[in-house]
Amino acid sequence: MPSGQELIQKVKQQIREIEPTDLHSALHANGAGDEVVVVDVREQDEWDAGHIPGALHVPRSHLESRIEQVVPDRSKRVVLYCASGNRSALAARTLEQDLGYERVESLRGGITLWKDRGYEVQVPRRLAPEQRERYSRHIIIPEVGLEGQMKLLDSKVLLLGAGGLGSPAALYLAAAGVGTLGIVDNDVVDRSNLQRQVAHAEERLGMPKVDSAEIAVKQINPDVKVEKYPVRLGPDNILDIISGYDVVVDGLDNFPTRYLLNDASVRLGIPVVSASILAFEGQLSVFAPGRGPCYRCLYPTPPPPELAPSCGAAGVLGVLPGVMGLLQSVEVIKLIVGIGEPLIGRLLLYDALAASFTELKVRRDPDCPICSRDPASISAEEMGKFPDYEAFCAGVA
Amino acid sequence: MPKIKIPPVLRNATSGEREVNVEGTSVREVLEALASRHPATREQLFSAEGELNRYVNVYLNDEDVRVLQGLDTPVASDDTVVILPAMAGGSR
Repeated sequence: MPSGQELIQKVKQQIREIEPTDLHSALHANGAGDEVVVVDVREQDEWDAGHIPGALHVPRSHLESRIEQVVPDRSKRVVLYCASGNRSALAARTLEQDLGYERVESLRGGITLWKDRGYEVQVPRRLAPEQRERYSRHIIIPEVGLEGQMKLLDSKVLLLGAGGLGSPAALYLAAAGVGTLGIVDNDVVDRSNLQRQVAHAEERLGMPKVDSAEIAVKQINPDVKVEKYPVRLGPDNILDIISGYDVVVDGLDNFPTRYLLNDASVRLGIPVVSASILAFEGQLSVFAPGRGPCYRCLYPTPPPPELAPSCGAAGVLGVLPGVMGLLQSVEVIKLIVGIGEPLIGRLLLYDALAASFTELKVRRDPDCPICSRDPASISAEEMGKFPDYEAFCAGVA
Repeated sequence: MPKIKIPPVLRNATSGEREVNVEGTSVREVLEALASRHPATREQLFSAEGELNRYVNVYLNDEDVRVLQGLDTPVASDDTVVILPAMAGGSR
């Protein structure tokens, strides 16, 4: 009686084998004349770890019962593969001799040799077991599900400011599994921050806020990638910094930068979830270029300094930016996952003392100097140049 | 009587009042009544020419009066006028 190895060798002589190079050429050939169907006959866990792009999966244990559904046309050119070329040889013999498939080949050396040749392997999108556990409460909500969680994991969100608004947003967006969190803040942690800036801590006084926030983020979710920008946002760096992000969370503390952010985000088509707070009241809206008004539509002119005190001057209830930062986070998640009605064209006002929410309509201004213009009409040279928003804000008498 | 919601930054000028009931059948009349009762609000609301300052948004219920008839927008007795300047907060 032959040994198993001997049998396999014998079978290999009865079937045709194809070299990885030739399979690769056939798959990338321009003509569609000779279409190749690639079938992976390995086990589920091997498939999950990576397979040849475009391959179909029929484990050898189910070959006879499933192959006809997967490849109904017996005259089609079929290439089977496995890990090293043994199982696929046996499967090729079955297809040819027992099931009448006319053009069957087995990949010599299997996916192992394919990879050795440097050819591409595709890994299916799947959550690791720890991720399934971590995000289980998201995954079981129908509106989020695995798909929604994948969107969060693929997303990039930029937080402008790791202060009162940015702190709660950083924590909850990290918890939600936002794949990349960018944080822009050039400040250091101060004791007076700790009344509300919950991403920081007593033991991190004096530390740059981006570093402190990163520590807090990683403690909740080590999978989140944190990009730190310990700089002041200005006309020279804003386009470079915000490019590539899916959503910007505006937790800025001054008007000129808010106007600059608006200009830059409209040019790049990036939505901004914007909140502001003072004392016991907060405002929240979503500025989505192309879908609704921009910040300039809402506030065409900045107020004079005496009508725009800072929290340092007027004070703020510590938990209030917590509320608004979290409401911002909800809007971010809605935008990324694509559910609910984001606050586009609506301004939400929260009065903490009255425990009341009011909503005002925000209309697009057809003559808005920022968003009434088609971004495609902005030339490359113009793109990097911004009006002087400091002067714009200071110029109001 | 129509009521006006006063934003935090103007409350010094209204002796801390957050809501003020005033007489008036147009936005102009209602704001004028406020400015008469609390003179410190006048220069924050109105320019020297008597127009609404550009940096102050005024809403009739939930609609910006700029998309309605501006200061001439009619006001009913159960309407609310909201005054809303921009806020930027911050710790500086």
